[in-house]
Amino acid sequence: MTNLTDINVPGPTTIPLTEPFWDAAAEGRFILQLCGGCQQHVFYPREICPHCWSGDLHWVPASGQGTLKSFTIVHRPGHPGWMAVTPYTVGLVALAEGPTMLSHILGDAPQVGQAVGFAPTNIGGRVLPCFRIITSQTTPKGDLA
Amino acid sequence: MSLARSKAAIVGVGELAPIRRTVGESTLGMLARCAALALTDSGLEKAEIDGLLVGPQVGETPQHVPATMAEYLGLMPTMSNVVDLGGASGLGMIWRAAAAIEAGMCEAVLCVIGNHRNSDAPRSPNRNPIREFDVPFGASGANVAYALLKQAHMAQYGSTDADFALIAHWARANAQLTPEAIFYGQPASVDEILASPMIAAPLHKFEIVMPVAGAEAVIVTSAKRAKDRGMTAVHLLGAGEKITHRAVSQAPDLTSGPLKPSMARAFAQSGTRVQDMSLLSLYDCYTVMVATTLEDSGICPPGGFGAFMRDHDFGPAGRYPMNSNGGQLGFGQPDLAGGMVHVVDAVHQLRGTATGRQIQGAELALVTGNGATMSEAVALVLGADV
Ligand SMILES: [Zn+2]
Repeated sequence: MTNLTDINVPGPTTIPLTEPFWDAAAEGRFILQLCGGCQQHVFYPREICPHCWSGDLHWVPASGQGTLKSFTIVHRPGHPGWMAVTPYTVGLVALAEGPTMLSHILGDAPQVGQAVGFAPTNIGGRVLPCFRIITSQTTPKGDLA
Repeated sequence: MSLARSKAAIVGVGELAPIRRTVGESTLGMLARCAALALTDSGLEKAEIDGLLVGPQVGETPQHVPATMAEYLGLMPTMSNVVDLGGASGLGMIWRAAAAIEAGMCEAVLCVIGNHRNSDAPRSPNRNPIREFDVPFGASGANVAYALLKQAHMAQYGSTDADFALIAHWARANAQLTPEAIFYGQPASVDEILASPMIAAPLHKFEIVMPVAGAEAVIVTSAKRAKDRGMTAVHLLGAGEKITHRAVSQAPDLTSGPLKPSMARAFAQSGTRVQDMSLLSLYDCYTVMVATTLEDSGICPPGGFGAFMRDHDFGPAGRYPMNSNGGQLGFGQPDLAGGMVHVVDAVHQLRGTATGRQIQGAELALVTGNGATMSEAVALVLGADV
C-alpha cells in the first residue's frame, strides 16, 4: 500500500501572501488571518477582508478544531497521482473560528457533524494542513512520517 | 399574451449532435457550423446579425474571443462579449442579448457556445485559490464538489441513494425519445444506476454527465421584429441570475443554491409560478443538482425531492415533463454549452418541433443553468408564441 508521503501530486501554488499559512502547517502550527476591521477570521488568505473590505488582516494562531460539514470518499481521483492511495477522504471542515476549509481527512468511518482536529500530514513530500476525525479513543495527531 | 410580456424573441436554434470524441476539429469551426444551422432555422440573413455572444474557449482562443469568432464568421457586430458563467453561460447569453437589444446596441444577437474533444484538448491552467487550496488535498475536478453536496443533502434530510438515482433514471428514459442523445438505446434502471461504479462516494458513475463534444447556437431578436417578419418565436418572459462563490468550501449553503433567488426573480418578472410550467428544463450536471433545484424552485419542500420524484411521471406526457431530451445526464454534456442544451430543448417544445417527444400544448418552460460548484446560476422563463 502506497503511503501518502510517496505520491506524486500537485502541491500548493503559493504566493508571498499565502506562504505563512503553508509554512506554519509544515511546522505543525495552524494559523488563520484575522480582520482588525470586523474581528472575523478569513480563509483562504486574502489581501482584503471579504466581509468588510478592510486591509487590516493579520495572522493569528487558530484552534485547529472543527466539525465535518461534508465529506466524500474518492475512488476515481481527478488527478492520476492520487490513484495509488484510493480510496481516500476529502472533506469540508467548518473551523471553530468560522470559515470553512476543504482538506484531506484522516480516520475511518467519517460522519457529517463529527469533530475533527488539525493533523499536519506529509503528502507527496510536503507537510500539509490535514484533519483527523476525533473519536473518544483518539487525540488528533499528524502523520509526519 | 406572451408578446406583451416578451423581453425578446428566440427565433433560431442550432445544435450539433453530441459526440464522445472528435479528431482534428477546431472549436471555431464547430461553432461556425452550429451558427449556420441557427441562422437557417431563423430565416434571418447573415447581414442582419449585429450582436455576438460567445463562451470561453479554453486553450484554443484564450483572449479576443468575440473578435476571433466574428472574423471567422465574417461578422462585424456592434455588440459582443464573452459570457463566462460555466454551465450557466448559455442562459446568461439569452438575457444579455435581450438587454443589449433593449439598450439599442443591436437588433439580432447570435449566442453560440461549444467545444471540440480532440485528444490534445488542453486543460485549463489555474493559479487561483481553488488550485492552491483544494487541489493539494486530492480534490481535483467537479466530482468531489458535487459528491460533497450530495453527502450534505443526505446528512441533512435523510435522502437516499435511490432517491437520487430516480433522477438519472428519468434522464435515461427521456433520452430514449431523442435519437441524438449519447445514451439513446441505453435506458438505466434505478438498480443499474446504483450498481454503476462508485466515483466519489456517494456519487455513482451514472449520476454524472458524460463529457461530449458539441455546440449549441441561439439567435435572439426583438419581439417586434419577430412579429413583423412573421418568424416562429419563443419569448423570453423572465430571467434571474446570481453568483455566490467559486470553490465549494466557500459556498454559503450546501443544500440550497443561487438558483433559488434566480428562479424567484424569473418567476416574478414573468408573473408565473413553477406549477404553471409545461416543461422543467433543469441543469443536471449531477443528480444532486436537480434535487436541489427542484427544492429551491418551491415545487417540493426542502428535503422533499425524493417523494416528489416517486410521485410523478417526468416524461413528455407526465404532469411535470422534465428534461425532455434526456437532459445532460441522458443527452451528454458538451462542455460549457451544457446549459444551452436545456434552452434549445425548451425552444423546440414551445414551438412544437420536439419531434418524438413533444409535450402537448406546451406554453411555458423553466430553464436553469448552473456553473462551477453550484456557484453561478441563471434561470429563464420562456413562453410559446401564443
Ligand atoms: Zn473584516
